[in-house]
Amino acid sequence: MPGGAFIDGAGTGRDDVLRDAARLVADLPPPAAAWCTGLRKRYGKRTAVDGVSLEVGRGEVVGLLGPNGAGKTTVIKMLLGLVRPDAGEVLLLGQPAAEPAARARVGYLPELFRYQPWLSAAEVLALHVRLSGAEVSAQEQRDCLELVGLAERAGDRVGGFSKGMQQRLGLAVALVARPEFVVLDEPTSALDPLGRVDVRDIVLSLKSRGIAVLLNSHLIGEVERVCDRVVILDRGRVAASGSLVELLGQHEVRLHLTGMPPAAEGRLATAGRVEREGDWFTVAFPADDEATVPDLVRDLVALGVRVHAVEPGRISLEERLLGILRDGAEEERS
Amino acid sequence: MTRVVLTVAGLTLREAARRRVLLALALLTLVLLALSGWGFSRFAAESGGTLTSGEARLTASILLNLVMFGYSLIAALGTAFLAGPTLAGETESGIALAVLARPIRRSAFLLGKWLGLVTFGSVFVVLAGLSQCLVVRATVDYWPPEPATALALLAAQTTVLLTLAVLLSSVISPMASGVVAVGMFCTTWVAGVVGGIGASLDNEAVARVGSVSRVLLPTDGLWRGAMHGFQDPSALLQFGGADGEAFPFLSVAPLTWAYLAWAAVWVAMVWGLAAVSFVRRDL
Repeated sequence: MPGGAFIDGAGTGRDDVLRDAARLVADLPPPAAAWCTGLRKRYGKRTAVDGVSLEVGRGEVVGLLGPNGAGKTTVIKMLLGLVRPDAGEVLLLGQPAAEPAARARVGYLPELFRYQPWLSAAEVLALHVRLSGAEVSAQEQRDCLELVGLAERAGDRVGGFSKGMQQRLGLAVALVARPEFVVLDEPTSALDPLGRVDVRDIVLSLKSRGIAVLLNSHLIGEVERVCDRVVILDRGRVAASGSLVELLGQHEVRLHLTGMPPAAEGRLATAGRVEREGDWFTVAFPADDEATVPDLVRDLVALGVRVHAVEPGRISLEERLLGILRDGAEEERS
Repeated sequence: MTRVVLTVAGLTLREAARRRVLLALALLTLVLLALSGWGFSRFAAESGGTLTSGEARLTASILLNLVMFGYSLIAALGTAFLAGPTLAGETESGIALAVLARPIRRSAFLLGKWLGLVTFGSVFVVLAGLSQCLVVRATVDYWPPEPATALALLAAQTTVLLTLAVLLSSVISPMASGVVAVGMFCTTWVAGVVGGIGASLDNEAVARVGSVSRVLLPTDGLWRGAMHGFQDPSALLQFGGADGEAFPFLSVAPLTWAYLAWAAVWVAMVWGLAAVSFVRRDL
């Protein structure tokens, strides 16, 4: 019997071993909210997803970016067991995704969102609560509708809802059964600017409550504001992934300076690559360090430079995304 | 599992009610009941005294079977066209995406849909059929010999067709599934009539058309069993014995247990195929 060496015949010894084992297991970090490796899917001759591996940690907000047809929605559907992968493995909250029970604590807003038009908004939520097997009180369900701004329309048939309202309802459906992992596939595609801000606030509040989110969105600004990490898909493959700092890498500052002694120019040059346009200097720092900019400004002032303005000039995620996709396209051609 | 099946079955019934399918069927049934009531009462009034009691029972049996065929057709059309939108329609429109991403098995979802449809179709034919029997009793004082068996067989026929519609709607588009299911139902009925004509003419090859079609799709076989329960036992003799086989609204023999067992196996098999196809489907 394995572990027999630990059993010394005394019951207390075995209890200690069991207790230690239990402690060891309890101390293990919880499994990732979602983890997949080597996901592959072909539709006829077309390969939609080709060896995608990704992970969404507990409480982490991960953005999924990429052009149309990159395979983002297919990856999401494979994570949720809606599409059968040709190859690869998926774990949801530590359980194999092929088991329906793995989805008990998962909320999902599909890209193609539609809900039973013959039910009221409150009835749709009640249906999803029953199917999820979670105990969610009527008050909590009402709160959920209120969160997405549908409290007034709770009793109205979904058939009469606008697209934007149906998407808000979809968000409530994704959130109602106390999820630990929420998948939002283009959650703001039908929403007005106010609705987009609401969604952003909701994602940030999920993050603050330790709920993991996988966000697929075309709105890069949205992703940049709320996501801890980004995965960029291109033609079914992961083209790049990492935290925003890792992906965006360098950090730039634009400075408006006058009265520059040569020593100050030397100081600027030690900070990073400098480009000059009249009195404006753009400095690209190799790494995003909290102390770099204040130290530089302090030294410049000490050298007698007059500092009129200091503006952050970060490479936007959009530029980076376009760069990665263009590089990918060029590699393909060559 | 049971929770999911019952929830989805309840949802399907609610859909039928909310989408006015129930209302439409109820109105149609009332019209058919009123018309047949009027017809039966005219028949009783105008033939009063001129028909022997046997002839009267024969006519009542034929007319009852004819009207019942109308109900089974309504049930067939209703459920076949309900099964399409509720299953294929939901997967096509995206409604199924959010539902099937819940911790539920697809087979449980399918079973729930099927159960809801079977309940809906069966309750409809049983209620409508029973009302029709009562109308016939009130107007011409005829009561079928085995109404319970006959109504149960009508419900079974509806179940068979509906299971076929569920299978079809898990592989083809919602509209096509309804059309194909109803088309097959009608074809089997015609094949049954052709087979009956063959039997009455002692032409074995033609008679086999009916038997084979009845095995392939048990709707017509069950329908003939139901007719046998509705018609007066003396009616067939009155009509001319075995020659009655050629007549589509009288049935020569009751159903055998073997055929009933086959119908049950057929339903289980076709449902299993539908489940396999639905479980493997990419949404």
